[in-house]
Amino acid sequence: MRLTRRDAVVALASAGVAVAAGATLEAPTADDGPIGETERDVLLAVAEVVYPDEVADTRAFVERYVGGRAAERPDWAAGVADAASYLDEYAQSWRDANFADLDAADRDDVLRSMGADTAASDPEGTDVERVRYYLVNDLLYALYASPTGGRLVGIENPQGHPGGTASYQRGEPR
Amino acid sequence: MSDRAPSPRVDVCVVGAGPAGALVADRLATAGHDVVVLEAGPRFDPDSREERMERSIRPAGDPRAVWDMGGPRDAYESTGERAYPLNRSRVKGVGGSSLHWQGMVMRLHEADFESATRRGLGADWPIDYADLRPFYADAERALGVAGASDNPFAPPRAEPHPLPAFPPSHSDSLFASACEDLGIATHSVPNARNSEPYDGEGACVGYGTCQPVCPSGAKYDATRHVASAEAAGARVIDRAPVRRLRHDDAGDRVVAAEYTSPDGRRHRQTARQFVLAAGGVEGPRLLLLSRSERYPDGLANSSGAVGKYFHDHLFAGAGGTVDADTRQNHVGFNTTESHQFYEGDGGRIKLEFLNYAGPSPVEQALGADEWGDDLLSSLRDAYGGHLAVGGLVEQLPRAENRVTLSATRTDDRGDPVPEIEWSLGDYERRAIRRANEIQREILDAAGADVQWTVGPDATGPAFHHMGTTRMGTDPESSVVDPRLRAHDLANLTIPSSSAFVTGGAMNPTLTIAALALKAAEHLDADL
Repeated sequence: MRLTRRDAVVALASAGVAVAAGATLEAPTADDGPIGETERDVLLAVAEVVYPDEVADTRAFVERYVGGRAAERPDWAAGVADAASYLDEYAQSWRDANFADLDAADRDDVLRSMGADTAASDPEGTDVERVRYYLVNDLLYALYASPTGGRLVGIENPQGHPGGTASYQRGEPR
Repeated sequence: MSDRAPSPRVDVCVVGAGPAGALVADRLATAGHDVVVLEAGPRFDPDSREERMERSIRPAGDPRAVWDMGGPRDAYESTGERAYPLNRSRVKGVGGSSLHWQGMVMRLHEADFESATRRGLGADWPIDYADLRPFYADAERALGVAGASDNPFAPPRAEPHPLPAFPPSHSDSLFASACEDLGIATHSVPNARNSEPYDGEGACVGYGTCQPVCPSGAKYDATRHVASAEAAGARVIDRAPVRRLRHDDAGDRVVAAEYTSPDGRRHRQTARQFVLAAGGVEGPRLLLLSRSERYPDGLANSSGAVGKYFHDHLFAGAGGTVDADTRQNHVGFNTTESHQFYEGDGGRIKLEFLNYAGPSPVEQALGADEWGDDLLSSLRDAYGGHLAVGGLVEQLPRAENRVTLSATRTDDRGDPVPEIEWSLGDYERRAIRRANEIQREILDAAGADVQWTVGPDATGPAFHHMGTTRMGTDPESSVVDPRLRAHDLANLTIPSSSAFVTGGAMNPTLTIAALALKAAEHLDADL
């Protein structure tokens, strides 16, 4: 299932980022503050692990989502940058490579070995808890609060997405 | 003069900017009176709501933090048989607890006002449904209630709701046939939520997070009437917790509300009339804190009833799964319920057919210990066929359930914190068990595999704080009179759920609003 530009827009809206109707979400700019190419690569590399294989075109989705969010929420951008930096340090220590340069299986293994799969999600917690919050969970939130992510599960208007009041009325008669 | 310094003596000082305080302030300011509202909590930035919604979905942090509740400012003690999670049940700030409420707005039934006479339980209100009926209609217009006149058990009404009811959900249709087989009538839910644009706010857009936050503003909250009051000239001072009400030498009238601003300075707001609209816990707490030589047991407490008769509604529920898609968690509100068991022998029960049974996929994803294809597989397995019937059960008012001042703990200002003693009685336990029986029958009829039940042991409060300054005609046994004025003090009005004598099993906010509008009418006439 393809993640579209509209998914990025609605994920941003769901995440509290104002996106004017018809606005064009460009690729990230210098206004994105602490989130640069390195951080973006880390996010994309995490997304390729935590998103299911059915999701395609994650790069454009992640870049637009991150760009829009970073511009509106500088504290969040700083948290992402710190978490990405820690993840790279960890990968360098244990795998002698930046996280984004590892293959998908190794990235999955790195995240699990640091405990990001079972860690609490806490923006003010330990390094691993912040990896869970700012990288893993932020990407999962962007996906599963979007119509595309919801539809993968069977709900086209997931919680957090302003998808109107028609879908709750629809269903197959028994 | 700082922006939180008191105004020169005003006509009305309102304590609390929740629905009751906001409605009174709006009506009286619109009528041309000088009004100051003192609110303990902050004025939240409306633009923060989407971020607060995200907080509510993500597992990080404590749910209280969605509206910044908790910490020394909000300290309390719970010492009764049952723990009472006070800070989960309220919001301090402009808009009050309506910022996180569900938004269900039913009128009490006629029988609720005559509980002692009709059933020999609880006590009668000193007013009846007919007295409150015009104010209910007024309140429905004020809150923008979406509803339909399809409830055969509801009290009589002369006019339609101001907005059309939300249509039933897909899962409602599954329940409807089951209930029909059982002879149970179902009907729509009155919601303080825009089914169409109303009062400057758009229609609901289906974020699905009504409780604890509506990012769009389609769910009514009291910031609407705060804004209206301010447009009419009222002054609202936030982060201004009132610590004492002071009376004159004779003890006949309140003369000032003493509050503290964030810089630690104490201030006195004087006024001709005072309105205590701080809810069913902070209201009685302030009266008890305001004890004096003249009133050693607390202000307005000659009866000894201040803080007593604290009651709530109890949740009862059951749920399970069917082999079909039930389409849950698209929206965060309900569209069908049944009042059929409200006035039966088993205790007051209101049944709610939930539109949010089972897991929300995004919440489940954020709390999972897996990701990728494994996570998606788990989400698919978990989502799909859930059904649940919830409901509210009446709690009777009993003197031993009460709000007092802690003898051992103080808040960040050095004032004793509220101590809540709360327990269930046999009546509630029986009614919850009866509700569970009905709920299981319905689920069985719907073909569900029943997997959970919330019964008397697992139940919890619905966060409706009632009864702690009860209304009555006898100053020996009640705190306020039928016009919501304290028996002891001629210029202190308490329009709140604390004035409820009994609470039935109906969500209380529409009745709070009706009482507030009634009080505002009396005050306007006095001023």
